[in-house]
Amino acid sequence: MSWRPTIFVLAAAFLAVFLQASLGFFRNLLGAQLDVLPALMVYTALTLGFTTIVLLALCGGLWFDSLSLNPLGASVLPLLLIGLVIYRSRDLLMREHLPAQLILGAAAGAVQPLGTLFILLNAHSRPSLGWVSLWYWLVMAAGSAAVTPVCFLFFDRLRRALEYQLVTQNSFRPDREIKRGRS
Amino acid sequence: MLKKSHYIILIFVVLLVLLLLQLPGETMGKLKLAISGLFLPLFGLSSSTHQWLGEAKDALIPRRELLRQIDQLRLDNQQLQLRLQQDAQLSNENSRLRAEVGWERQTRWRVVLARVIAREPANWWRSLEIDRGLRDGLRTNLAVLTTNGLVGRVQSVGQTRSQVVLLGDPNLRVAAVIGGSADGETGIIAANASALQEEGMVDLDLLSGANLVRPGQSVATWGAGGVFPAGIPIGKIVDTRPKEFGLSTEARVKLAANLGALEEVWVMLP
Repeated sequence: MSWRPTIFVLAAAFLAVFLQASLGFFRNLLGAQLDVLPALMVYTALTLGFTTIVLLALCGGLWFDSLSLNPLGASVLPLLLIGLVIYRSRDLLMREHLPAQLILGAAAGAVQPLGTLFILLNAHSRPSLGWVSLWYWLVMAAGSAAVTPVCFLFFDRLRRALEYQLVTQNSFRPDREIKRGRS
Repeated sequence: MLKKSHYIILIFVVLLVLLLLQLPGETMGKLKLAISGLFLPLFGLSSSTHQWLGEAKDALIPRRELLRQIDQLRLDNQQLQLRLQQDAQLSNENSRLRAEVGWERQTRWRVVLARVIAREPANWWRSLEIDRGLRDGLRTNLAVLTTNGLVGRVQSVGQTRSQVVLLGDPNLRVAAVIGGSADGETGIIAANASALQEEGMVDLDLLSGANLVRPGQSVATWGAGGVFPAGIPIGKIVDTRPKEFGLSTEARVKLAANLGALEEVWVMLP
């Protein structure tokens, strides 16, 4: 197993969490901050292995919570859940298709905040919730849907650029060639 | 599809998360600061880039404009010096009178400037991180403000960074007084619907329940509770509405400080 894709995904998660904490563009524009981790998890679950899913959920969740007022670990389990559900049924999912990527991204972006809020409310935290939270939720789901195909495009190109290509089997055999004409 | 070893890993991760969620607040705060310390190189890079861009922008300002600004600053400085002299006299007089009446002596605010390095990534909290910590004399529960007014309170402190919880977050409640005088109407600033619906707006639950407040009245910290000293401006009353079938009153307060555009803040030292 090559560790390179895992390192790329973890580096992307680290950078994504940093950008979420330091850039206020989307917050100023839409009133809510986007979360890139669910989109990364969709890519990881459809492309990489179980270990990468667990590492992304653990590291991404802990990095996110460390910069937030969330209790440490609150974001880990929802991310892990998303990853495992997709991983278990990834043979049935068409990872190359854009609609599939969009729907999975939106679903992951919608489930992640709900799962985290469920944990927060059970951990006796009191997050700010109101009708406007529905808008935040929609923005997060839509943002995740938009980011998911970008993740696929970027990481697939990165993998193609940096990894050995599979040798394609050719059905042509020179010893079985039918030669026509006089020789 | 999942093997036995996978289930063992999953159980380990779930137990680890449950253990982390059960950690006491102080330990969790320290652990969070330790983990977020991994971002320090990126914060440093971001800060350097920001500084470099600022310097590049400054280099484009014409010399004539700079000279005009220097003259203006000189004038402002002289005016402030005069006002400071007058304030020093008033302060001495105030101290003498307080000593004669037997009231507690008022101390001057000691503040330290801090730069905002990160904002809350989750949408359901209001917090930020600043580049000052234990090394600079900070500790938890110190007031954080701008020249316009109160911003929040220090939630957790690391060696070089601190997390600040902002006004409008459910974790921060501030005792406030309307009109700025100690005998004014009092209440509690809390995060309710207003804080969510509109940036820079919080709710003030009036303690007496009497609807005597008027839009435009200023709101400042009361000083009760021991966290915030009295007299820090918070904002102005926008409107009031009855609560609990008219038994109490709630006012919406427009914050004096713009929390969405904070670049630098002042931390009030003990």
